[in-house]
Order: sequence, then structure tokens, then C-alpha cells
Amino acid sequence: MEKKFGVYICKGCGIGESLDIEKLTKVSKRGPIQEEHIKVHDVLCSPEGIQLIKNDIKGGTNTAIIVACSPRVKYEEFDFPGCLTERVNIREFVAWTQPPNDEETQALAEDYIAMGTVKVQKSDLPTPAILENLSNDLLVIGGGISGMTAALEAANTGYKVFLVEKEPELGGFARKLYKKIPTRDFKEPIIVDTDIEKTAKEVESHPNIKVYKSSRVEKTEGQPGLFDVTISGASGTETVKIGAIVMATGGVPYDATKLGHLGYGKFKNVVTNVEFEAIAKQGPIARPSDGKEVTKVAFIQCAGSRDPEHLPYCSSMCCATSLKQARYVRQNPNSLAMIFYKDIRTPGRLEAFYREAQNDAGVMLTKGDVHGVSDAGNGNLFVEVEHTLLGEKAKFEADLVVLATGMVPTTRAPQEYLDGLTAAVAKGDEPKKAYLESTLKPEFILNLAYRQGPELPSLEGACGFADSNFICFQYETRRTGIYAAGTVRQPMNMTEAQEDAAGAAFKAIQCIDHVAKGISVHPRAWDLSFPDPQLIRCTACKRCTEECPFGAIEEDAKGIPSFNVNRCRRCGTCLGACPERIVSFKDYSVDMIGSMIKAIDVPEEDVFRIVCLVCENDAYPALDTLAMQRKQIDTCIRFISLRCLGGMNLVWIADAMAKGIDGFLLLGCKYGENYQCHFVKGSELANYRFSKVGETLSKLQLEAERVQLMQVAIDEYHQLPDMLNTFAAKVKEMGPNPFKEF
Amino acid sequence: MAENKKVLVVGGGMSGLTTAIEVAEAGFEAHIVEKSPYLGGRVAQINKYFWKLCPPNCGLEIQFKRIKNNPRMKFYTLAEVESIQGEEGNFDVTINLHPRYVNDKCVGCNACAEACPSYRENDFNFGMDKTKAAYLPHEQAFPFQYVIDAKTCSNDCMKACVEACKYNAIDLDMKPETVNIKVGAVVLATGWNPYDMSKLDLLGSGQIKNVITNMMMERLASGDGPTKGKIIRPSDGKEVKNVAFVQCAGSRDENHLPYCSYICCLASLKHAMYIREQYPDAKVTIYYIDIRTPGLYEQRFYWKIKDDPKVSFVKGKVASIVEEAGSKDVTVVVEDIYGGGKIKETFDMVVLATGMEATTKSSKVGMNIAHTVDGLVDDGALKKGIYAVGTIKNPADVARSVQDATGAAMKSIRSLK
Repeated sequence: MEKKFGVYICKGCGIGESLDIEKLTKVSKRGPIQEEHIKVHDVLCSPEGIQLIKNDIKGGTNTAIIVACSPRVKYEEFDFPGCLTERVNIREFVAWTQPPNDEETQALAEDYIAMGTVKVQKSDLPTPAILENLSNDLLVIGGGISGMTAALEAANTGYKVFLVEKEPELGGFARKLYKKIPTRDFKEPIIVDTDIEKTAKEVESHPNIKVYKSSRVEKTEGQPGLFDVTISGASGTETVKIGAIVMATGGVPYDATKLGHLGYGKFKNVVTNVEFEAIAKQGPIARPSDGKEVTKVAFIQCAGSRDPEHLPYCSSMCCATSLKQARYVRQNPNSLAMIFYKDIRTPGRLEAFYREAQNDAGVMLTKGDVHGVSDAGNGNLFVEVEHTLLGEKAKFEADLVVLATGMVPTTRAPQEYLDGLTAAVAKGDEPKKAYLESTLKPEFILNLAYRQGPELPSLEGACGFADSNFICFQYETRRTGIYAAGTVRQPMNMTEAQEDAAGAAFKAIQCIDHVAKGISVHPRAWDLSFPDPQLIRCTACKRCTEECPFGAIEEDAKGIPSFNVNRCRRCGTCLGACPERIVSFKDYSVDMIGSMIKAIDVPEEDVFRIVCLVCENDAYPALDTLAMQRKQIDTCIRFISLRCLGGMNLVWIADAMAKGIDGFLLLGCKYGENYQCHFVKGSELANYRFSKVGETLSKLQLEAERVQLMQVAIDEYHQLPDMLNTFAAKVKEMGPNPFKEF
Repeated sequence: MAENKKVLVVGGGMSGLTTAIEVAEAGFEAHIVEKSPYLGGRVAQINKYFWKLCPPNCGLEIQFKRIKNNPRMKFYTLAEVESIQGEEGNFDVTINLHPRYVNDKCVGCNACAEACPSYRENDFNFGMDKTKAAYLPHEQAFPFQYVIDAKTCSNDCMKACVEACKYNAIDLDMKPETVNIKVGAVVLATGWNPYDMSKLDLLGSGQIKNVITNMMMERLASGDGPTKGKIIRPSDGKEVKNVAFVQCAGSRDENHLPYCSYICCLASLKHAMYIREQYPDAKVTIYYIDIRTPGLYEQRFYWKIKDDPKVSFVKGKVASIVEEAGSKDVTVVVEDIYGGGKIKETFDMVVLATGMEATTKSSKVGMNIAHTVDGLVDDGALKKGIYAVGTIKNPADVARSVQDATGAAMKSIRSLK
């Protein structure tokens, strides 16, 4: 497509008062841009201004450079479908943050226009990559309440679902229960049948659901829309084409044998809450040692949970479970249920169950720290409690002790195994061999044929759960098209698991829809562009395959990468990873950003220039906000936004410094544990690459301090002017970059 | 696509935004009706999320970007649903649009606010400061568009704002409008209000200056709040040295809110941290019934605060709160569960961990909504094709509201078939 340019300069919002617009139009004339392409308007976002642009587009203009305000505002007005549009932000970055009518302010605006012009010259409108033979079908792994709910939700919405369950029957954990707290619209604190049989039947008879029992996923290859999933089971092995995956493999109870201090394994009459369900199911509650019907049952809360030695989290469902099980006990009106707790946690509506128990004289609720269980003779047990309301030390006799054990996700064992393997591999071949020989390989869930590993990568602090790292975006995983649901994702109760399953299933069908249209999924869920590497120049260094946060890139035996576009989230991390600069998107490339930096006019005299690459999601809005408050920013700084700082390529810094740019600043989001990067570790990767910048600088005999990376959150706009101006002052103190003279 | 093949989402907080955006990203049309002049709801007022301590505006920025880039989304601010009639797949909705007095030509330059001589109580900051009658709801507000509060506009300033606006963006004659749309499904996500302090007679009835709510604390700690992030007490602007938190202020109380409001324990832990970060010598006391930090990370967050020797946790129900004459300090009387008797202690400031009241209790959203005895939306009783999400149905934090809201997206699109 031949580009027909239009440059539109707005004079509104103080731009006209701050800059010599006539001079600006004169210098905007460069390369293919002729005088007749440049138009000035008093208020470009006004209906008249927009009409001016629209008329030009009708007349053939297909590339518009809007020199006005931030792209974050007036997005509806400056939306011209089919026209490549670049927003050059001289309102926030110049007029609102710089001294008016100043030579340097003028030069800044000129640089922004030059950069914007180069940017569109180096860009094209993206056309989507739509792969062929895409599948619309879902795979749900796990046939418990979460998996069955996910399957039913998707199937009832019209999608075909393959459900894989490793046990011979559906139902999962819920099948083990005697009764449940009503999950959906409960209004009263009652306990009801689980109806798990009914749900299982509904799933098995649903025309859109195919159930594989006693089966597991042997292999998952491909990418969203084109997953080849091999399912193996009693009836053989089958490979199905899958669009997206819901992983709902649930949790397992915490291993009670580790709770010896609470008498488990030592006393027959110490059972877990799961074992107690089985006991209650059989009728009158009889204890294991002698089959005697019990009248005094002690429940010990947080057995394993909230314990740094065991599970450092609250399993969320054990309090309500014990309150429910106290009711089992209280079916015999002469019996007593004693619950020993740290805190009773019945959030939200569940409080009604707690209240009900408090009103029942046959339920004794005692706050305290249980420090042991001992023999009371005749099969009875003492629960020894400290710091209770009834005294510093107290002993309570019970016929039966129930440990409210918490939950561990099914992802934990494979994750620990794989993390151990990674650590061993890092130590060398011998330790790797030793590890493989000595460690029992746990059952894997996804068995992904991905170079970055067969399972979802572990998340720091998530204790093996397949959780999202984001509060706002609960279904984000680092493997595109694979969504975790239920207790494999977070500790939760059945109600929450059902809601969660519906959400995960929805994300899966959304992913199928996006892949069919060639659009990225979250967070760039509108983006049609995709990485298109020039592999002929690839040196097989494998950096892109290693660094892609979503494992989208595979490599062949020679180390040449292949990009799985449907796994790609369009963050551009590969762009920063590649030392050969061969990865490009239609509208985003190493060459594009590099050329923008080159377009900055570097005066020969003692005038400073600093380039600042900013994260589009956090730093850029923070800059806009400080501009709204008319905070002053050192005029020598030029901001260039990146999709993610993970796309930062060192060549930009080298080229900039060689050209005479005096300082280079990177503004990324917060990294480390609890990172905020929406592409997982962009700013962290930038920091890692950045650690190598010293070499480049010392080769050029420049001070390392000329280049810096700063972390800034979106709400830190109050500190930002100071951070920027201090850096500029430091650079000025170091004096001009000597390369200016060359 | 047929006219009614869209989902109406009532409420533009995190739950409503999530349902609407998810629906739109699945290829369906979604309309949001939001009663305030901005999107983001309660989340926009929060300084940092517990437990992760990241700024909510970061997630909102992504949500807004998703809205900006999605042609299937439409939102109305200053809008309220007047009526919803019809049935699943085919609802007729009447929406009342209150005048903003500022039109789409607004560029966000602030000239109107500068020119405006009148002030209004800033509801975004719970009345702890004032804005001009022409104002931007908050610094990172979306839409980035000013609004004029007609109730406080003095009208005798010779229309200074109209004069000041170079973009013809101010229209003081703007009239209320009514919009009728057809939708296939309705999702109620109108969220919560902090429980009204004035109803808590044992806790000062909202009459004591240095007794504030947890949401007020959130604004005090926010960099764009009334004190620019400095936590000071309202009566005299004094730095705080000794602060008490009263948990379950209204919640878990059959005279007020019978349920647990889920977020208040974690919010107070976070607030204790805000205080301790600003004042290395300050003491914090948290009066609680149970500390509820369920979930994967929340317990470790609790431990982190518990490890701070200047933060004490006292299990006990607060029986009364009184203001000390002169000093304006606040004395708290607590029933000592362990020791028996009463503990009496005086603080610079007291924060009430007020709970969540479903907004549907006070506004009808165009239909009669049945509530459970506990005062939450009885979602089982809603008409087919109408769904309730988030905190109106069951108090929850942001993460759990997002889960629920994403699940509701699935149900709502089924109503379009």
C-alpha cells in the first residue's frame, strides 16, 4: 500500500500558545510529507477538525499523523478505520509540561513530530493471522464439581466439550461428601444432598459433552484453536483437536500423616474431615476403633493450614465444613460437637451457618491453640488446648477427633518436581541424572509438548496453585488458551468453585472466538498484529524461545524458532530478546523504535538529549496525569512508549549513545514478587538485559550512570517529575556525550 | 445483529466492567449504565489492593483500554435504570441520563474548574475536602471529562465556566434525557455502599470527628486524596500516633448487617500497614471477633502485619466510643473476652471497619428486587435473564467479584440465544 500522508496539528489546549505553530509546520515537511499534507486546526477534536481529516481520508489520505493530545483521550474522535493513525502527544508531553515559547520546547515538539512521522513510515496496518482448520471445542480436565460445571456451562452455550476424568466415575471430591452447604441461592442455613449423581448424569447425557473416565491427558501439542490432545484411558488412546482448555483438576487433602502431633496415625479415633464424611455417610456416627456411636466429637481447625510448617495459607473451606459436620454430629440430639479454632472464617453469606451453630447449645466453639492430642483411655482422646477463654491450659475429652485438614492443589506435585528438575539441570548433567533417578515422577496434568515445560509454570508465592498473578484478571495463566478453575487455582468452597468454573469456561470460549478472528487474547484483546520474524537471519541463539513469557515460541533441532501465533500475546518481548533484530510486527519493530530514536535531532552544541522508553500501561498514564497537573518535566527528555518494557532491545541504547544522546532512561512497572507486569516479567527482563548495558557503555567510554531503569506504578505520578528531573540533572552534571561531535 | 442481542450491565465498578468487557470481547454487544460520572466504582477510590499492594488504577487502565478498543461496548455515565420490562431475550430498558452540563467537546483542560467560584463537598473523598462545582471526579478519571454539579453551581457567577471554556463544551441548559434500549439479558452489578455510620449508635453515630470509616482511610492514604496521601486526623490535621480499628462495625450484627462483609479484616490490616509505613512510632490496635483472611495469600499478609510489634490484636467487642472534650481524642470501651470486665483505652483516631450494604437496598434498578433475610439480593428469585453479580449477592473482595462477574458473562450470553 502506498502511503498518502496527512499531518494534522492542533492548536488547542495551550499548544498554540506554547509553540510557534508556523515553524512547526515548516519542519514537519520532511521525506514524503509535502506542505499540502500538513494542516493546522484550532481545535482538531472538534467536529470541524475531525471533518477536515475525514475529508482528506475520502480524498485518499491513508496515513494520518495527529499532532495533538495523548492517545489515551479523544480516542473515539480520532478513530479512522482503515487509516493508519499515529497520535503525537504534544499536549501532555510538551504544552502542559514545558515552558512556553522556548527554543528547547519548540525543538521537543519538532522531535516528537519527526518521531511520529518515522513511526508511521515504518508501520503498516496489521492484517490478522487466521490459521486454518481451527477447532471450536473445549477440553475440560477434571470431572469434579468445577470441571463438570465448566463443561455444562460451555455445553449449554453451544460448545462441544471433551471432559477427561482420571477416576472411573465423575464427581471428584464432592462424591466423597455426605451432605453439603447449599451452593447456589441458599437463603437458610441448612445442609442438603450434594446431588452429585444428578450433575454427573446431566454431564454424561449431554449431547455436547463427551466424557472420558479413567483417563488422562497424555500429551497436549499445538496452540489455541489447534491443540492436539492425546487422551488415554481404558478404552485406548485418542487424539482430539481442541480450541481451548479448562484445567479443573482440583485439590487433594493435605497429607494428614504429617500431622502426627495431632495424633493422626497414632490414634485410630483421629480422622480427617474427608474420612469423617465417609463415616457420616454410613449412618449413625461410629468411631473407627470400636464402632461405638459417638456423642462427643472434637474438631481441630487449621490442621495443617495457617501453619508455616505445613500450609502457609487458609484453605478457606474448612471452617464451614466443620460447622456442617457439627450438624452431622448433632443429628443425635444428645451429642456434643466441639470446635477448636483460631478464627472462625465464614465470610459473606456463610456467616448464617456460624450464627446457627452459636445458637445451638450442643455446639461448643472455643478459640485456642491446639498443641496436642493424647490418649484418654477406652479409645477416647484428650484435645489439649492453650490460650482459651476457659483458661490458659485446658483439656477436653472426646470420643472422636476430626482434623479439619486443608487442601493442596493437584498442580503442586508436578510443579515441585519440575522446579527441582530445573534446579538440578542448572547444576549440571550429573545432578540431573541423580535427580531423575532418585525422584518419583508425579502424575502430570497437561503434558504440554512445549519447550518451556510440560505444565503451567509455577508462580512465586502461589504454593503450587495454578493461580493468576493479578487481582483484576483472575484467569490469566502463562499458557495461552489454558484456564484454571476451582481448587486447583485457589483454595475455595464449592459455591466459589462453580462460579470460578463458569468464568474459566467463558474465557476459554472467548479465546476460541479471538483465535478465529486472528485477534490476541487478554490483555491486548484487540490486537491484530503478530510477530513475523525473518528467520533467514536467525542465528539460533534461542533467546526468544527462552524469554517468551507465554511459551509461544518453539524451536527445531537446529534451534531455529517457530512462532505459534495463537499462543502469542503480542507483548513484543521477542523483539527485545533478539540480538539480530529480526522479529517485527506490522506496527511494532526494532527498526521502528530505533528509527524513531535516530529521528531525534541531536544538536552539536552543549544541549542535552535524553531518551526515555516508557511502559504503555503504567508509566505512560502516570506521565499523562502529571501533565494534567501541569508539572514541569526537563525539556531534554523524549518519551517513547513500548507495549511492554520486555520489548526493550539493547541496540536502541547502543545506537542512541553512539549518536550522541546524553542519557537513556527506562520506565517500567514494578517487578519481583507480586510483580505488576501484565506480560509477566517485562520490566524484569528489561532489567536483566540492561545489566549487560555496561559493556556497551564502557566500549563507548561512557559513564554507566547515563543509562538507568526505574520502576514506576501508575499511581506514582506525584513522584515521577522528581525522578525524571533528578536523572536529567545527573546527566547534565556528567556533561554532554562526547559522541555528539562525531 | 438483532437489536436485542446485547447485554445490559447495571453498574460500572469492577464487577460490572468485567462482565461487560468480557461479554464484548466474546463478540457480543454490552452496554454499561453507571450512576456516577466515572467508571471504576469503589475500586477507583482504593489506594492499594490488599494483599498484593498494587494500585487498582493499573487494572482499571487495562479495563478502560479494552473498552476504548472494543467497538461493541457502550457506556452511559450519570445514568440510572428507570425500568426493565419484558423477558429473557427481550427486555425493554428505560435509562435516565442526568445532565453532565459538559458535553463531549470537553478536552479536560481544567479551565472551567479554574473559573468556577463555587465549591462542593467532594463525595469521592467522602466529604473530607471540596472541589469546584465544575470538576473532574478524580485525577485518573475515565471518561476524562469534567462535570458540573448543578446543586452547588451558584448560577450567579455570570456563567464563568461557559466563558472560560474555549471549546463550547459547557452547556448549562443540558436537560435530562431518556434512552430506551432493547437487550436480551441484564446483569446487576451495582455493588455496595459503606454501611451508614450514623446507624451505629454505640460507635458514635457518625458524630465524632476523629472516628472515620475504612473507606475514608483509603482516601486519606491515597496520593490523590484530600490530604495527598498523608494520614492525619480530621479534627485538627494532627499526625496520628495511636489508632484503633473496630472490626465488624455493623457487620455480623443482626441489628445491622447479619453477614460478614469479607473485606474489612484485610482492609484494616492494610490500613495498619499504611499507618505504620508513614509513622515509625505509631501504635495500632485492632479490636476483632475473628480475623478473617481466607485464601491463598491473605494469611501471609496477616502474618506480616502481626509480626509488627507496634500492631496489637485484641479479641473483643467494642461496647462504646466517646469523644474526649477538648483533645477530641476518642475513648473506646471494649468487652474483654479473655480477662472479663471492660478495657478502656484512648486513641487519636478510630477507624470503623464498616461493612458492605447492597446498593439494591436503597435503589431499585428499575424493578422490584427480592432480598434474603440477611439483606442480600436473592438471586434465585430474579426473573430469568436477569443476573446478580458481585457484592450485592454475597460480599466479596475484588478477586472473587471478578470470578463471579466472568461467570455471569457466560450466563448472560446464553440469554441472548
